[in-house]
Amino acid sequence: MGPHQTTRTVLNMGPQHPSTHGVLRLLLELDGEIIVKAEPDIGYLHTGIEKQCEDKTYQQVVPLTDRVDYLANLSNNLCYCLAVERLLGLEIPPMAQWMRVMLTELTRISSHLVWLGTHAMDTGAMSVFLYCFREREDLLRIFEMFSGQRMMTSYFRVGGLALEPPRGWDQPIRAFLDAFPEHLEQYEGLLTANPIWLLRTKGVGVVPAGELVNLGVTGPMLRAAGLAWDIRKAEPYSAYDRFEFEVPTRTEGDVYARYQVRVDEMRQSARIARQALDGMPSGPWAADAPKVVLPDREKMKTQMEALIHHFKIIYEGFKVPEGEVYQAIESPRGELGYYVVSDGSAKPYRVHIHGPSYGNLQSTARMIQGRMIADVIASLGSMDFVLGDVDR
Amino acid sequence: MTFFVITLIKAALWAAAILLSLLYLQWIERKVIAHVQLRLGPSRVGPHGLLQPLADVMKLLLKEDLTPAGAHKFLYLLAPFLAVSLALVPVVVLPFGPEVEVFGVRTALHLADLNIGVLFLLAVTSLGVYGTALAGWASNSKYALLGALRSSAQMISYELPMAIAVVAPLLLANTLSLQGLAEAQGGYYGGWIPRWNVFQLPAPQIFGCVIFLISGFAETNRVPFDLPEAENELVAGFHTEYSSLKFASFFMAEYANMITSCAFATVLFFGAWQPLWPEAKGSGYFPTLLFGLAGLVALYHGLHPARPKDRITLPVVALAFFGLAAVFLIPVVRPVLLPVFWFVLKAGSLLFTFMWVRATLPRFRYDQLMAFTWKFLFPVAMVNLLATGLLVAVYGK
Repeated sequence: MGPHQTTRTVLNMGPQHPSTHGVLRLLLELDGEIIVKAEPDIGYLHTGIEKQCEDKTYQQVVPLTDRVDYLANLSNNLCYCLAVERLLGLEIPPMAQWMRVMLTELTRISSHLVWLGTHAMDTGAMSVFLYCFREREDLLRIFEMFSGQRMMTSYFRVGGLALEPPRGWDQPIRAFLDAFPEHLEQYEGLLTANPIWLLRTKGVGVVPAGELVNLGVTGPMLRAAGLAWDIRKAEPYSAYDRFEFEVPTRTEGDVYARYQVRVDEMRQSARIARQALDGMPSGPWAADAPKVVLPDREKMKTQMEALIHHFKIIYEGFKVPEGEVYQAIESPRGELGYYVVSDGSAKPYRVHIHGPSYGNLQSTARMIQGRMIADVIASLGSMDFVLGDVDR
Repeated sequence: MTFFVITLIKAALWAAAILLSLLYLQWIERKVIAHVQLRLGPSRVGPHGLLQPLADVMKLLLKEDLTPAGAHKFLYLLAPFLAVSLALVPVVVLPFGPEVEVFGVRTALHLADLNIGVLFLLAVTSLGVYGTALAGWASNSKYALLGALRSSAQMISYELPMAIAVVAPLLLANTLSLQGLAEAQGGYYGGWIPRWNVFQLPAPQIFGCVIFLISGFAETNRVPFDLPEAENELVAGFHTEYSSLKFASFFMAEYANMITSCAFATVLFFGAWQPLWPEAKGSGYFPTLLFGLAGLVALYHGLHPARPKDRITLPVVALAFFGLAAVFLIPVVRPVLLPVFWFVLKAGSLLFTFMWVRATLPRFRYDQLMAFTWKFLFPVAMVNLLATGLLVAVYGK
C-alpha cells in the first residue's frame, strides 16, 4: 500500500445495534466517517405471518395481523378486515365505522409518538423519548380498556368490532385529547427550534419526490417531499370521507421535513379523533350477518339458530366467496395493503401484505451514500420503519 | 516531620472525598436525569437507591474481564489505567480553601501549591486523550477505533479554545498558581458584588467563562459533544470492548474529568472558595441556614408523610441535616468547612448544569462539532483574549 492510498473500512452495523430499530443489518463501506456504499440487509425478523394466514380461518387471521406492524396494530386489523369485508360484501354499521376511525387515528398518534421518541433519542435527546412514552402509556391504557390488551389488541374483526365498547369509554379519550395538544407543544419546544436539532436534520437524507415514488416510498416520507398523497383522501375507506382534516405536506424532503409532517399529522389525527368522539353515532357495533359475526351470549343461550351459528363459526369459520381483493389504507407509515385471495373455503388461499416499511426502507442507500455515520442514524430514524412490517 | 503527617492526612482525606464523590456523582446524575424525565431513578438498593453505587461496583467487580481476540494486550491494559490515573491527578492542585489554622497547626487546604498549577492542570488533563486513543486502537474493533478517532480529534481541537479562555483570567490575576488565582478574586465591589473573574474589572470574563464551559463539555465527552461514545451511532465508542473493572475505570475517569472541569472553572472564574457575599455581612451563616431549611422541609414532609415509611425515614434525614447545620457553627472547624462548602457549592452547581444539559440536548454531528470549535469558538476565544489584554494594559490592575 502506497503512502497516498486510503483504505476503506467495511462496518457491519446491526443486526445487533442500538439504533437499527429492531434487527436491520447495514453494511457500510466507510472512507473515514464518510459512507461510500451502503447496503441494507433484511430478513432477520422473518415471522412467516403471510404463510401462517393460509392455515387459519378468516377470523383467526386477525390476531396475526397485530404482529405485522406491532406499533400500528389497529391499522393492520382494519386493513385486513376491510379486505375480507369487501370479499363478503358486508355493510358495516356507522357506529363501528366511526369507532374504527377514532381508534386507528389514536393508533397513528401512538405510533408517531414512538417514532418521535426514538428518533430524538437517536440524535441524543434522551428526555423526549420518555415524555413521548408517558403520552403513549395513556393511549395503551385506552386500547386496553377497549380490548383487554395493550398492544396486540385485535379489536377490529370481520363484521365490526370484537367487543362492545365498555361503559364510559369516552372519558379517558376526551381527557387524552384535551391534554395532548399542549403536551405536543412541549415536545416541539424541545426540538423544533433547537439549533442542534436543526443542524442534525435540515438538508439531511434528501431524496426528490420522483425518486421516492420509483423506490416505492409512501406515507409521511412522500408527503415531506411535496406529494400530498394520502389514501384517506385519495380513496376514502371506512367513513373517512365524512371527517374534516388536512394532509400536512412539506417540500424540502429532508429529515426535518419528515419530522414536521409527522408532528402535524399527530395534530390532524387528534382532530379526527375529536370529531369521531363528538359525533359518534349510536347503533349496533357489528354487522347484522349471523353467519359471520358471533352472536351475543344472551342469544346463544336462548336461541337454537344462534347456537348453531356460533358452533359453525367457531369450528369451521365462515366461507368467503371466491375472488381476490386488494385493500389499501393509510397506516402511520404509509400505504398498507392487504391482498386477499379466496378459493371459496373458510381459509384464505393467499394473504399478501404490502408493508409500507418495506418500500420506505428501499430509500436507505440513496439517502446516506456520501454522508457521515451520524446521518445514517438520523436518516434511519426519519424513515420510521418497523422490521416486523418489512419481513413479515 | 509534621509536614509529612499533615500531608498524609490531607492526602487520605482528599482521596477518600474524591473517590466517594465519584461514586455518588453517578448516583446523583442518574437521579437528576430521572427526575427530569419523570422517572424515579435508582430506588431499589437501599433507601432512595443510596447503595446503588456500591451494588454497581460489586457487579462490575464480578463481571468477566474480557480481552478481545487480536487486541494489543499491553496497550489494551494500559489505556484504562492511564485514563483513570490521569483523571485523578489534578485534584492535587485544586485549591479548596485558604491557609487555615486547625488545632494550632497552620496549613493550606490543598495538597500542593505549584507555581505553575494552571499549566500542570492543562497538561495533565490533555494527557487524558491518550487513554481514549489507545483504548480505541488497542481494542481491535471498528466501533472502538471510530470512537477513538472522533475523541482524539475532538479533545485536541477543544483544547485550543479552552487554553485560550484560561489565559484571560491569568492576565487579570497575573499568576499561574491556582492558589494565587483564588486569592486574587477576593474582595467585593461596593461591598456586595464579588470580585470573581466573571465580574472582575476592567475585563469581566463572561465570554471566557462560557467558552471554557463549552470546551469543558467537549473535553469530558458529554452531551452535546458525546460523539466518541454516541451509543446510537458507535455502540459505546472507544470503550465498546471493555468490560468489568476496566470499563469502570473509563467510567470513573469520565466523572473525575467532569469534577476537574467544574472545579477548574470554579477556580478560574467563580472565585474558588470566596463566599458569594462578604463574611462580615453574615455569609458564614449561610450553610447553617441552608441545611437548617433542608432539615425543616424534610421534617415537615415526615410529619405529613406521603408513604407510611416516610414517617420514620424523613425525620432521620432531617436530623442529619440539622446535625450538618450544627457542625457549621462549631468555631474550631468553621475555617476549614466554610471555604470547602463554598467551593463544593459552586462546583456542584456547575456539575448540575452538566447533568441538566445531558438530559435536554441532542448531539452534534462530527463535522459540525469541528466547524463549531474552529470557526466559532476559537475566534471568539481569541477576541476575548485580545480584548482582555488590551483592557488590562490600558486600565491596569
